Formats: sequence, structure tokens, C-alpha cells
Amino acid sequence: MLENLTDRLGSALRNLRGMGRISEENIAESLQEVRKALLGADVQFRVARDFIERVKEKSLGQDVIKSVTPGQQIVKIIHDELAALLGEGTTQFTDKKPLRVLMLGLQGSGKTTFTAKLAKHLAKKGYRPAVIACDVYRPAAIDQLETLARQVGVDFYGERDSKDVPAIGRRGWEWAKAQGCDAILFDTAGRLQIDSPLIDEVKRLRDAVLPDEVLLVGDAALGQEAVNVAKTFHEAVPLTGIVLTKIDGDTRGGAALSMKAVTHVPIKFLGTGEKVEDLEVFHPDRLASRILGMGDVVSLVEKAQETIDEDEALRMADKMQRADFNFEDFLTQMRAMRKMGSLGSIMKMIPGMGKMQVGEKEEKRLKHSEALIQSMTPKERRNPNILNGSRRARIARGAGLEIKELNALIKQFAQMKNMMRMMKGAKGKKMMKQMQKKGGLPGGGDFPGGLPGGLGL
Amino acid sequence: MRSFFAKFKEGLKKTTPTFFKAFSAIGGIFGSRVLDAAALDELEEALYGADFGVETTDDILSEIRKAFKTNKQLRGLDAARIGAQVLKDVLAEAEGRLDTFTHKPEIIVLIGVNGSGKTTTTAKLAKLYRDAGHRPLVGACDTFRAAANEQIRTWCERLAIPLVASQHGADAAAVAYDAFEAARKREADVLLLDTAGRLHNKENLMRELSKIRRVLQKHDERAPHHAWLVVDGSIGSNSIEQARVFHREFGLTGLVVTKLDGTSRGGALVGIFRELKLPIYFVGLGEQPDDLQPFRVDHYADALFGLDNQKEQA
Ligand SMILES: Nc1nc2c(ncn2[C@@H]2O[C@H](COP(=O)(O)OP(=O)(O)O)[C@@H](O)[C@H]2O)c(=O)[nH]1
Ligand SMILES: Nc1nc2c(ncn2[C@@H]2O[C@H](COP(=O)(O)OP(=O)(O)O)[C@@H](O)[C@H]2O)c(=O)[nH]1
Ligand SMILES: [Mg+2]
Ligand SMILES: [Mg+2]
Repeated sequence: MLENLTDRLGSALRNLRGMGRISEENIAESLQEVRKALLGADVQFRVARDFIERVKEKSLGQDVIKSVTPGQQIVKIIHDELAALLGEGTTQFTDKKPLRVLMLGLQGSGKTTFTAKLAKHLAKKGYRPAVIACDVYRPAAIDQLETLARQVGVDFYGERDSKDVPAIGRRGWEWAKAQGCDAILFDTAGRLQIDSPLIDEVKRLRDAVLPDEVLLVGDAALGQEAVNVAKTFHEAVPLTGIVLTKIDGDTRGGAALSMKAVTHVPIKFLGTGEKVEDLEVFHPDRLASRILGMGDVVSLVEKAQETIDEDEALRMADKMQRADFNFEDFLTQMRAMRKMGSLGSIMKMIPGMGKMQVGEKEEKRLKHSEALIQSMTPKERRNPNILNGSRRARIARGAGLEIKELNALIKQFAQMKNMMRMMKGAKGKKMMKQMQKKGGLPGGGDFPGGLPGGLGL
Repeated sequence: MRSFFAKFKEGLKKTTPTFFKAFSAIGGIFGSRVLDAAALDELEEALYGADFGVETTDDILSEIRKAFKTNKQLRGLDAARIGAQVLKDVLAEAEGRLDTFTHKPEIIVLIGVNGSGKTTTTAKLAKLYRDAGHRPLVGACDTFRAAANEQIRTWCERLAIPLVASQHGADAAAVAYDAFEAARKREADVLLLDTAGRLHNKENLMRELSKIRRVLQKHDERAPHHAWLVVDGSIGSNSIEQARVFHREFGLTGLVVTKLDGTSRGGALVGIFRELKLPIYFVGLGEQPDDLQPFRVDHYADALFGLDNQKEQA
């Protein structure tokens, strides 16, 4: 992952400081950085270039605000512009009834899974959905949709002995209507946008079932070709919306901007996992932050708010400030953190921390630390100074771990407290910066099985 | 068997993808014309458009600029040759080959993110090895996705390939183990294990892979002998991150790049190779059983720069 855009812009923007106004010359270097960030996020070359032009027009002549750094100001302009572009149009899904929806996309993009997800979503909204299997090519594609339909509890229509896709679609529609269904979703085979016979087929299907919505289902991690894919599909069968799947991966998702920029149709949904409930409505803000590599701060904050008692967090932050932090607090923090998800997934959401390697090893260490602390008496937790040799032996035995692991934990704990003490000073700020840059903690990135300040949100 | 070359060109005939036009422009229209700044810009765009990423794009551009400095008469075709050469140098040793086996059975595990083409590639590989005179057996270790079993079963029935599968929701490692036992009993030469798609940032799913390995190693401590990451060629820079994490967590031995019959040029594979030095064994060029070809650097580089036509005309 690239570093936080604000950090990257830091040096490029130094020349802006003290200038009264953003001008063509003083912004050139930073725009170059932004361009790199966009390309690194897989935004298509031309789309990136046009976007930079837009940002330039917006920023030229603006006064450099005194209260924020020029970097922050420019990042804000870029971020807002990006969010505006991504959020253009009605991102809310139609509430028309009866409703027919046609899925379209490349192979393996997630059409069948999304069809089931949308059926579930619409059922919750009071529709009676049916799904129609119009993929007659991929082995077991019909079985897949049928299984998912059963899982979601919606009606299913498919024909195993016909290859006439428009006819299947038409009969599916009639059948579903007869069942009293008022949301009819047509799952189609994956196809390349350049495959004329198959594009022709989907056109005929469209003419047979006259969908109200035609959704392009696209993988969020698509590369530069996202532009050609979306454009060509849109020309062949005019789209009404875009769905981005597999956003639960760690892609920056620049393809979304590419697809959006060439079709101008709204992004409607995000696929956030393999399960049928893993569907989210679209938030332009969050995707903008993600594309720019600024971390999904909004999601992190929301997640934290859901799981952490605010008073508790404040108390913790306060304790840390005073470097008065014991094993008891450490344990509380660790548990709260665990509730939020894996360490790795949390780190990825923190701006600038995405590069930090948090894998199974760290998770395991965290578990060991937890076991060790649990094996301490409350008195020992509050007062680590009393941990003599015999106490240590008992604790290690209780946790089923070696004494050297406990020693390491105690040592790291002491270092951590030390660090907190330092963070209070001016030196601390500098250190945090360094830490973000290197993607690890100072001193070779030794990770003390818990992150100070991780919850000081 | 049609060559990768022919197949690639056939794929190209389906369309005139915009950036490819630019590539051909460099190699073709501009072929005999002298380069200018506009042409260089166009080249830069074309290189990015192939998902080469910043590093490789810069490498190629700087070589061409260097040549441009000393020779103002540089023609488009020369630039294309330089570009192809840079690519060939970067990808030297990137060709993976597995024609003969040293274990019985030789175990190949196919892993990757969701929808990348693992199941289809498993079926294609089984056919390819069978056609080459080996005895393949397939293990259906995707017990998670809806109708995954039915998909691989349909493939294996269609191609008459022996298959070991279990129920939906069964333990994937247990299926791997059963497949291994069956492969030994039936004296299969090569065991192909298809696995469930998993995003590399899901640690619990990554753990399942380690379990498959552990179970296989009960019989043969070097198993699996090959762990190939199946990468969708239309994915951008994230496939580098995918490869990085799968390699770190599981240990890869190579790659298969799929869906190169589309307009995507799979340039991210160059980034993967630069960083991880993992050879590319095969490329997927369609949905039919024969649409799998060994990866050849020269073909790939020449096709990308539109030099294949040139050769033919010469
Ligand atoms: N992680 C994740 N996987 C997804 C998502 N949507 C679909 N998938 C998976 O991607 C693969 C391809 O999906 P499928 O619906 O069969 O794609 P189709 O070929 O376009 O119909 C399957 O393994 C799905 O489980 C998503 O939002 N997140
Ligand atoms: N055009 C094209 N499609 C492919 C290729 N390989 C696989 N596919 C398609 O991609 C989709 C997902 O493939 P599958 O093997 O099920 O992926 P898996 O989820 O990784 O097992 C299916 O529709 C396949 O037919 C290829 O090389 N070219
Ligand atoms: Mg499907
Ligand atoms: Mg599969």
C-alpha cells in the first residue's frame, strides 16, 4: 500500500507554505504526486489525467488557508472532488415495483453471487423476488444460482436443456409473474465486452425481458482495462448502475473511478464478502479515501464506536497520556480490539499504517500475551514491579508458555510505557511520523503484542 | 495445438482495443515514421494501459528516451523493439516449465482469490497433462462455494478425468488427503487440487491452506510439489499484493495468468515477477478446455508491442 497521500504530498507542498495563493507553478509538483497515487490505485491513465485537470482548475487561485497546512488543504480539495465524482447520480437503488433487473459483467466478477444478494436485499424491502438463470455456459452455473436462491428463500427459474437465452429469460419472466413475484432478477453468463456473439445474445435478452435496471457487476480490483470494459458494455447495452464486488479485499479500487468516469452511471452497491448478506450501499466518501490511500478512517471510527464504550476509551487515552498504564488496562484494550476484528484488518484502516506487517505471528503473540496476563493475579497486573522469579515461573506455567515469553512481554511492556512517556513530549510527534513512514515501530518494528493508542480514538 | 502466438493474435482480431492500437501505432503506423514528443506520450499511456505499473513503464520509457537522445531519427518500430527487449530482459527466467514429473503423484495445488479461474484452469491442466500421456486425478477441495462441486464434476465428466470430491461444507484438507490416497492407489502421475477462492487478507481462510499442506505432508514431506497462484489477468496492481501475501503465507512456486483473451494485457504479472521471481507456467486464453498455453516470454513481449505482425510480414 502506498503511504498516506498527505505524507507523500508533504515534501511536494513545502513550496506552498508562505505563498498566499495556489498557482499553476506551486501546485505542479503536488499534482504530480496525486497522479502517481491515482495510477498506483489503478485509476486509468486518461481518467487520472482528466481528474488532475479538474482538481487544478478547482484549486488555482484559492487562498492558502492559514489554519491548515497546504497539504491538508489540497488533499481536501482532491478528496472532495473525487467523492463528488464517485457519488454523481442517484446512488440509491430504485424502489420501482414491479421491477426487472439484468446483470452484466466479465467472467468471475460476482454476478451470480450479487444476484442472490440483491434478491435478499429486495425481499427485506418488501418485494417478492425471483431469480432467473440465464447463464447456460459455465458448468453448474444454474445449480449455483439455484442453491443460492434456496439459501435466500426466493423463487428460482432455470432451464437445463435449453441454450436459447432470450427465450429462457422471457419464459422466466412469465413464470415469475405467475408466481406473483414483483422483482425479477436475471443472472447472465460472464462475457468479454469484445465477444460479439455473446454481446449480441445479451442484447436480445435485454429486448426480451425489458429490464428497468441494467447493472454492470465489476471486480473492484480491475486494472486499466476497466475503462474499456465499462465503456464497451455501456455502448452495447446501456447501463443504469454499477456494482463493485470483492471490496472486502485490500485493493485501492481505482477501477471504480475509471468505470464511473466513462459511463457516468451511478455506483449502487458494494459486495463485501462471499455470503449472501455481504452487501453494502455505496458511500462515495469512503471510496474516495480508499483510492487516495488515506485509509478507511470513517469505517474504522464507526467500527470502533460500535464496539467500544466511549467513556472507557477516554479513560484509557487519559491513562496513556499520563503513562499510567498497567497490565489490567492492557488486557481490556486487547479484548476491545479483538472485538473489532483481526489486528491486520484494523491496521489496514489506519492511514499510513497499512504497510505495517501484521500477520499470524503477531496475532499469535497477542494471544500469548493475553494468556500470560490472564495468568497473573489482579495485584500483579496492576503492579508489574512485584513480578519476581517465582511469580514469573508460576505465571508462565499457568499460561502453558515459556518463562522467556513472559520476560519478553514484561520487557516490551516497560518499553511501551517508556515510549508513552516520550510521546507526551515534542519528540513523540516526530517519532510517530517516523513510525508511519517506516511502517513499523521504532527499533526494528518490534511489535509489543498490542498497540499503544490503538484505541485512543 | 495452436500456438500461444496464434491464439493471442486471434484474441486480438476480435477487437481493436484502444491501447493496443497505440502499441501497434508505435510498432506499426509510426513504424517507419520518426518519433516525436506526442508519440512518446502515447507510448507512455499505452504502457500504463497494459498495467505495467510505474516501475516497468519508467524502465521502458527511459530506455527509449535514451535511444531517442542519441538518435533523433528513431522510428516507432525501433522504439517497439527497445520496449520488447526491456520486457524480455526483465522477464528472463520467467518461463515456468513442468513437462516431466519427479514425484508420484506430482502434486499441484491451485490457489487464488475468488473467481480468478482456478477451477477452469484445474480442468484445463488435467486435460493438457492427460493429452501429453500422463494420468491425472483431480481433488475438489472447494467445499465452500455454492455448487463448486457440481462445477468441477461437470468438467471432469466432460473430459473423462477421475475426480475425488466430497460434500458441500466438508473439510477441504480431508478432501485433499482422500484425493492423495486415491491418486496413490490408482497410480496417478499428477494430482491437481482445486481450492476455494480466498482473498489474501482473510487470515482464517489462509489458515485453511496451511492445513491442506500439513495434511499432505503426512505422506510426503515435500508436498505439495507445486503451489500455483491463479491470477486474473484483468486485475490491476492488487494482483501483486495477492501474490506477495499468498507467497508469504503459503509459499508459491509459480503462477498461472488467466483471461488474457480479453483486452487486458496482464502487465501486473511483470510486477509480480520483478518482485517475487515466481515463474509463470501457463496463460489462460478462454473458457474452452484447450484454451491454456505455456507462457512464452518472447511471444508475450512481441505481441504486446505489435512485433508479431512485423515478423510475419518480413
Ligand atoms: N470476497 C468476496 N467474494 C465474492 C464477492 N462477490 C462474489 N464473490 C466470489 O467470487 C467468485 C465468483 O463469483 P460468481 O458470483 O460466481 O461470479 P460470476 O461468474 O460473475 O457469476 C465466487 O467465489 C464468489 O463467492 C464479494 O463481494 N467478496
Ligand atoms: N475468458 C476467459 N474466461 C475464463 C478463463 N479462465 C476462467 N474463465 C471464466 O472465469 C469464471 C470463473 O472461473 P472459475 O474457474 O470458476 O474460477 P474460480 O472461482 O477461481 O474457480 C468462469 O466463468 C470461467 O469460465 C480464461 O482464461 N478466459
Ligand atoms: Mg455466474
Ligand atoms: Mg472454483
